Amino acid sequence: MQAVFPLTFAALLFSAGVYGVLSRRNAVLVLMSVELMLAAVTVNLVAFHGLVASEAGDPLLSGQVFALFVMGIGAAEVGVGLAIVLLLYRNRATVNVDDADLMKY
Amino acid sequence: MFSEWAWLIPALPALSVLIIVFSGRALPWKGAEVGIVALLASLGLSLGVAWEVFSHNAGVTQGIGPAGDADAAPAGAEAFLLERGLTLTPLGGDLAVELGMRVDGLAAMMFVLVTAVSLMVHIYSTGYMHGDARYTYFFALLSLFSFSMLLLVIASDLLVLLVGWELVGICSYLLIGFWWEDKHNQDASIKAFLTTKLGDVGLVVGIMALAGMFGTFSIQGVLDGVAAGDHSQALLTFALLALILGAVGKSAQFPLHTWLPDAMAGPTPVSALIHAATMVTAGVFIVARLFPAYQAAPVAQGTLAIIGAITLVMAGLLALVQTDLKRVLAYSTVSQLGYMMAALSFSYVAGVFHLFTHGFFKALLFLGAGSVIHAAHSNHMTEMGGLRRVMPVTFWTFLAGSLALIAIPPLAGFWSKDEILVAALEAGGYTGTVVLVLGALGGLITAFYMTRALYLVFAGEFRGHGHPHESEPAMTAPLIALAIPAVAIGWINLPFPALQPLSLSSWVMFDVDYWVANPVELNAVVAVIATVLALAGVLAARAIYREAPERDPLLHLGLLTHVLQRRYYLDDLYTDLIARTAVRDKLAPAAVWFSDRVLDGAVYWSGRGTYELGQGLYATGDQRGIDGAVNGLGLSALWSGARMRLAQSGNVQLYAGALFIGVFVLAVVFASGA
Repeated sequence: MQAVFPLTFAALLFSAGVYGVLSRRNAVLVLMSVELMLAAVTVNLVAFHGLVASEAGDPLLSGQVFALFVMGIGAAEVGVGLAIVLLLYRNRATVNVDDADLMKY
Repeated sequence: MFSEWAWLIPALPALSVLIIVFSGRALPWKGAEVGIVALLASLGLSLGVAWEVFSHNAGVTQGIGPAGDADAAPAGAEAFLLERGLTLTPLGGDLAVELGMRVDGLAAMMFVLVTAVSLMVHIYSTGYMHGDARYTYFFALLSLFSFSMLLLVIASDLLVLLVGWELVGICSYLLIGFWWEDKHNQDASIKAFLTTKLGDVGLVVGIMALAGMFGTFSIQGVLDGVAAGDHSQALLTFALLALILGAVGKSAQFPLHTWLPDAMAGPTPVSALIHAATMVTAGVFIVARLFPAYQAAPVAQGTLAIIGAITLVMAGLLALVQTDLKRVLAYSTVSQLGYMMAALSFSYVAGVFHLFTHGFFKALLFLGAGSVIHAAHSNHMTEMGGLRRVMPVTFWTFLAGSLALIAIPPLAGFWSKDEILVAALEAGGYTGTVVLVLGALGGLITAFYMTRALYLVFAGEFRGHGHPHESEPAMTAPLIALAIPAVAIGWINLPFPALQPLSLSSWVMFDVDYWVANPVELNAVVAVIATVLALAGVLAARAIYREAPERDPLLHLGLLTHVLQRRYYLDDLYTDLIARTAVRDKLAPAAVWFSDRVLDGAVYWSGRGTYELGQGLYATGDQRGIDGAVNGLGLSALWSGARMRLAQSGNVQLYAGALFIGVFVLAVVFASGA
């Protein structure tokens, strides 16, 4: 199997995520872009598993297992992140990340 | 036996000084008894030493027989000499200073003279200084002086001799200025000190030159070196001439004699002890001490003769016009010291003999003068007169001293002065003739001024105030005691060859060969001429002063009197021209200017320069450099922190962008590295 397709896909997906994180002002959209980058990493893990397993074998299925971990942690991260966004909204009545700059200088 | 203990002779007066200084006031006689007891013990010991030296020397000379018989001394015959000492700190090389004693005939004679006169003066002073505010201090100084003079006499080493020499100078200074409340006395003491100090420079130079030549300060070493003959004649002459300068200062010879008459400002007992009988003979003594060296340097001997001859006539003439009794005696002392100096250029025995006899009769004359002054309450002979009747003891003793000084046979002065003239005659030549003629003339002058003084003081009517009376026994007893040697001491060296082995010439001889080669002889022509001159002086003065002592014709001789009263203008030369005009008005301001401007300026500007340099370093180096670096570090940290904190904007997306750029850069770097 050609590894280049999934890797290219993952890179594009990651880049879309980076673009989203850096350009969006809405905190919810930033969280969603972070999820995109996590998904790109998950794709990479699975793709490299396939590559490594076909050549040297991967009896423990570590790439697959790590992909499951990433999804689990991603779910937890979204949970914490949305909680922060919710509290931000409650306190400041906005979810614009540019306004959440109290920790400067 | 006694000689081994001779060091006690100076040590006892030294102990007496300490006792008087620390407990004198508490003693019943205020310290006077300590000095008298110490001097009495020293005199006893001196007589013991003198007897021991005399018996040894007389034993040697008796073996040779009457003077002039033998051609040379027998082998093994030595004059008495005992040297003991302990070496003080070595000076490096071969030079060492020895604290030692040199007991020989000369030292033994000086012991007797110094202790005897000093004892008499101590006793006399208990009367003369009675009731003085500083009575104890006076006796401490008298004892200190006795110690110093005896140290000078006993020294076996020229440096120790120098110590004694300077100590007697200091005692002289302190005692001349004893009544320092009077400015005049202070001036006299300073003048005496500075004038003798000028001579002391010569003494130090001479001692150093001798030590440099012979590698030792020891007197014996120097004499041995001269005897060995392995030395530069010019350097020896230089050293001995320098020593003569010291002797000229201390013994008040021309041209440094001006201090001695002024030294009469001190108490009269001091004048008797220091400025007549003992200290002023120190210069004569040092020449006698080094007599064998002077024999080897004819130029130095000739200088001695000329200085002595000039001094004896010059001072005698000055004595003629004095109205102050003590000044008459002072100039007489200068004159007699001139005789001694001149004598030492021809004959050791004549000079030393005159020193010995003069010490006694001049001390007597001064103490007698003190007694007169005590009674008349004035130093001036114009306020005396007629004292013969009220002061018989003083008169008769003073008369004995005067006749001894005038050299009337058979009194002491006749024999010693006669020997000087005979020695000068035998020496012959230019210097001998000068000394002979001037010495004989000096005898005439001496007779005249002493007779004048006798008439002015004791004859006629009392011209002063109050009612003079004879002095107390404490003062007359020493006069009587000193009158005996004034009359009789000359008999110990009668100029008859048969008596010479048992006389002073044998006693004080430093060398048997010299004693054999230079017999003391009587020259009838010289003796008669000298006596006739002396009698002529007496009769001339008698003719002038017997009738009307108050009309003093010598004081009305116009220019001559004026010149003599101005002391040949020598004092004016020294005081006005040299001391005031040259030194005070020219040299001293120049020295002050140099000190003020150059030396102080150098010091000031070096200090000021250092201060300015420090200021500059503080401003530039410390404030700008070091503080600037420290402050700059802080400020730059503050400034850069203020700039760099702007990076922490609180904008999360900015942070994330920077993070991604960083990761991208690192990825590129690692990729390219791989």
